[in-house]
Amino acid sequence: MTVELGHFALILALTIALLQGTLPLRGAARGDVRAMAVAPAAAVVQAVLVAVSFGCLVAAYVVSDFSVLNVALNSHSSKPLIYKVAGAWGNHEGSMLLWVLILALFGGAVAVFGGNLPLGLKARALAVQAWIAAGFYLFILITSNPFARLLPPPADGKGLNPLLQDPGLALHPPFLYLGYVGFSMAFSFAVAALIEGRVDAGWARWVRPWTLAAWVFLTIGIALGSWWAYYELGWGGWWFWDPVENASLLPWLAGTALLHSAVVVEKRDALKGWTIFLAIITFALSLLGTFLVRSGVLTSVHAFATDPERGVFILALLVIIIGGSLVLFAWRGPSLEGGGLFQPVSREGALLLNNLLLTTAAAAVLLGTLYPLLLEAMGGGKVSVGPPFFNAVFLPLMAPLVVAMAVGPLLPWKRGALAAVLPRLWVAAVAAAAATALALALLGDAAGIGLLGFGLAAWLFAGTLTEVAARIQLFAVPLRVSLRRAAGLPRAAWGMTVAHAGLAIAIAGMTGAAIGKTEVIRALAPGETVAAAGLTIRFDGLSQVAGGNYEAIQGRLTVKRQGEPVAVMTPERRIYPVEGRETTEAAIRSRPWGDLYLVIGTTEADGRTVVRVYVNPLVPWIWTGALVMVVGGAISLADRRLRLGAPARRATVPATIPVATARSEG
Amino acid sequence: MAQALASPASRSRLIYVLPVALFLGLAAYFWIGLGKNPHDLPSTLIDQPVPAFALPPIAGREHGLTAADLRGQVSLVNVFGSWCAACRIEHPFLMRLKSDNVVPIHGINWREKDRDAGPQWLKRHGDPYTRIGDDPDSRAAIAFGVTGAPETFIVDRQGTIRYKHVGPITPEVWTGTLAPIVARLRTE
Repeated sequence: MTVELGHFALILALTIALLQGTLPLRGAARGDVRAMAVAPAAAVVQAVLVAVSFGCLVAAYVVSDFSVLNVALNSHSSKPLIYKVAGAWGNHEGSMLLWVLILALFGGAVAVFGGNLPLGLKARALAVQAWIAAGFYLFILITSNPFARLLPPPADGKGLNPLLQDPGLALHPPFLYLGYVGFSMAFSFAVAALIEGRVDAGWARWVRPWTLAAWVFLTIGIALGSWWAYYELGWGGWWFWDPVENASLLPWLAGTALLHSAVVVEKRDALKGWTIFLAIITFALSLLGTFLVRSGVLTSVHAFATDPERGVFILALLVIIIGGSLVLFAWRGPSLEGGGLFQPVSREGALLLNNLLLTTAAAAVLLGTLYPLLLEAMGGGKVSVGPPFFNAVFLPLMAPLVVAMAVGPLLPWKRGALAAVLPRLWVAAVAAAAATALALALLGDAAGIGLLGFGLAAWLFAGTLTEVAARIQLFAVPLRVSLRRAAGLPRAAWGMTVAHAGLAIAIAGMTGAAIGKTEVIRALAPGETVAAAGLTIRFDGLSQVAGGNYEAIQGRLTVKRQGEPVAVMTPERRIYPVEGRETTEAAIRSRPWGDLYLVIGTTEADGRTVVRVYVNPLVPWIWTGALVMVVGGAISLADRRLRLGAPARRATVPATIPVATARSEG
Repeated sequence: MAQALASPASRSRLIYVLPVALFLGLAAYFWIGLGKNPHDLPSTLIDQPVPAFALPPIAGREHGLTAADLRGQVSLVNVFGSWCAACRIEHPFLMRLKSDNVVPIHGINWREKDRDAGPQWLKRHGDPYTRIGDDPDSRAAIAFGVTGAPETFIVDRQGTIRYKHVGPITPEVWTGTLAPIVARLRTE
């Protein structure tokens, strides 16, 4: 019964979305306030309906209702409760329902918290949001109904892929989707602005918090995903340039560019067309991310729903949503330009450089991800493009970006001079040189150009601190005054400082993991030892351990440094009898300076067990850095300016639509 | 730089239309991509001679695998690795094919990080292969267009690739798909 209720609620949400997509749009065109007011009300109702629908599916999972096909295929009564709940979105149908839930929640949030938005912009943005929602409701109801019944119900379910039975992965999709779908808000605002024919500082200020929130969620999602890959896949790596990973990186790159270009629109009334374009592209890439996973266009270990029929439906949705908005952009975009002029060497110039590098990097990753498909479409056979391509293209684009990141914030708006700024970065230059020299001394010159990664990280970190020190006039005025100035800085400024510092930390971690890694693989009999990176690791033996719904073979290894025991580690191989699958559970000893990562493999006929030892220096810094970036984003999100919406500058582009004049500024 | 965006109307119009054009091209490619089954061998490799390759033997074996070894009789070329979980699944069936002497199976031992990993794996699970080539750096695998392991190619008497199967060979796959092809090729 609950399941039918969920199905019905989803159908009802579709009808509400159709209403929300039409009436407010007409109202905004005619200045009809009552018709426009339908939008927020409908958005809230939609959010409630989809929440009910999703809740019904989760309930079916919690009570293990195997008369529901989706539950029978993806759950099992012996599964721990948290994975029963997570199982609801660990499959195609459920994850699509989660997708539309988040879409509806974002719409509802704009309706509830967007009180300071001009009525027309709000009505139009919510109408656009409703059209996206309607498309995906139809997709779910027609091709991917999670509420389909199965008669007669089986005695028990088929279980969830044990690889996915993990706390990191239970949380990974919701955050990833919060990011992907969050960018729909920026998209809807962009399309609304195109319909309205007006983009100004106020628009940028309204769009920024939604973009920032999406960016924060996506950063968490990507970090969780790579962390999961690191400890669960058992290869000691944390990023594989897998198509699905790339699919999440693409909107992140474009979204990061959007965050920065929106600042230029807000402060300087420039780069408007470009910013609108980025908003469209960011969401387009998010949709592509969904599409790549769902359609089987690209084969990948991640693709858990490869089904061409659904692919055709999604492709049609993509063409309508992305193609439609790009046509609108081609038509209305040219009238948006104008506004503040600036010199190449200026804050705007630096942000533009940031945008160019980020979008070029995104284009390169997109090309590398799609190239196998493009080549095949041209009859060139199947190839896979691997990490060497991405590293060769992506890293050289990121290096100048990081160099510029320390310089940009020190440049004034409109016009600056490098000669005035560069001397202020002497601390950063010294830090960069020292870090590179230290890395060279510790790691030797085998790593070659990779050592520069540490230099870049130190440069960015010190440069970021230099900027904030200059702002609070540290050491130039008494410390007390500096602290008062620090407290008085806008939160957005602190957000930037923290986020940039976080990236510096993450870069150091990535560099360490890439060039300082030690990897030893040996087959060991009990009592034998293996040496790696100054450690001696003794294999003590194997034992059988029973888990909740798995059996495990656990290896016991004693780690010693210079004869002193430092740890006993117990990597496992788990066998899930219901699914008939095996997973490896690495044993990881994480310390600030790096991880010791142990995996056991198969046991040979002669009684020796394969032991893989990885010493990964600085790896924890990657996720620490990501966390610091997230904190930076959250601080920026709490900025007063974004919450209250200070008076906007009058638009320099004449409003072409009457309702724009009815805009209330708050 | 910002001025460049606001250049003469006609040219900037063109810039604004460019994204739509690019996107439609991409959508067309997706459309083509969707029509293709990721498990099908790309048409360019079917009915082509096996790529020229010569792989050294794995540790403990005398012979490697070369393109010339694939001429003379219908054979299977199976891409496997000790790191590949799905290879374990098909392995008992390959052993059965071997003990029943159904068809020669050649192996490409793909992407072993450790020279001894492949031989040890075979020692543990049995060795169904007539010849094995060691391919740690994917030289042959790339030439064959291998996308993952296990993958199995059916090669005819002339050394031409006639079929590719992606994923483990189960008894169903064998009797339903592969065995009839092998039988047909033998009569050619």
